[in-house]
Amino acid sequence: MTLAVTSPKNAAPVFYLTNEQPHPEGSSTMLGFWIYLMSDCLIFAILFATYGVLSGSYAAGPAPKDLFELPLVAVNTSMLLLSSITYGFAMLAMQKGKVAPTQAWLAVTGLFGLAFVGIELYEFRHLIHIGATPQRSAFLSSFYTLVGTHGLHVSFGLLWLVTLMAQVARHGLIPANRRRLMCLSLFWHFLDVIWIGVFTFVYLLGVLR
Amino acid sequence: MSAKTPAVYGTTAHNGHDHHHEAHAHGSLRSYLIGFVLSVILTAVPFWLVMSGVIDNKQVTAFIVMAFAVVQIVVHMIYFLHMDTRSEDGWNMMALIFTLIVVVIVLAGSLWVMYHLNTNMMAPHDMRQMP
Repeated sequence: MTLAVTSPKNAAPVFYLTNEQPHPEGSSTMLGFWIYLMSDCLIFAILFATYGVLSGSYAAGPAPKDLFELPLVAVNTSMLLLSSITYGFAMLAMQKGKVAPTQAWLAVTGLFGLAFVGIELYEFRHLIHIGATPQRSAFLSSFYTLVGTHGLHVSFGLLWLVTLMAQVARHGLIPANRRRLMCLSLFWHFLDVIWIGVFTFVYLLGVLR
Repeated sequence: MSAKTPAVYGTTAHNGHDHHHEAHAHGSLRSYLIGFVLSVILTAVPFWLVMSGVIDNKQVTAFIVMAFAVVQIVVHMIYFLHMDTRSEDGWNMMALIFTLIVVVIVLAGSLWVMYHLNTNMMAPHDMRQMP
């Protein structure tokens, strides 16, 4: 709300905010973090589009049907899904202000996340071992870029998770730590949403085609 | 405009924000469990469809699998990311809708343009037959 006030000396009106709203620390963090996630979403959209365009360019190399093992992907998917629900439990414990259960659920989440990254690295290692390297075809280049970027996000999420566990251990569930845990919650669940796209479009539809 | 209006406006807006901040990012055990059970079903069915090959027609299977993915993304948004039209005074939803529009343009545009580009490109063996 701006009001025009005419000062007596010079006639030029001065505009200023009459109701300066308080901006408590962290009041806009959640919105800011959400906008960051949306920009991250655009990165993945570009990688999905690239994969969509190149997913048929095998260069006479292996096709998804020859490479992907769906049981392994199913196990991987369940790891990420379980880590999502355990993070939810950590958030519930946090809301009740209980430090020990929060830390325990965060640790369980971290283990599931670690299992996810481990299985993905095992899959990549196996693929590279049988010659399906990123250099083999445009399909494989875009595959490693898309799935690798997601894996990298999960890895950094794990790093963040460990950092926050140390923070909570040191300072307890202070407002700042709660806010950080809520940001990581958004990040973690967001990665699960991206993984839905990955297992559907890359793995399931890849094996189908 | 009366002089009182700004003050009144400020108070209500602030109260509204506070209230909403309390409600933000809250999920109950029940909502998390509902979300989890739904996602397990929505994940297991597509995997089962593809791995067992129950439906002979691959296009139908692909369509069903994609439909399941869309539903599961919505389920995650509601039960895990706690999206609703009220969070952050609706700005979360605005940012999401804007992003979705850009995502659809990027995905549909890329696939459409590149598909037609590939189709219209002359294949090497056609070129060899040219005079």
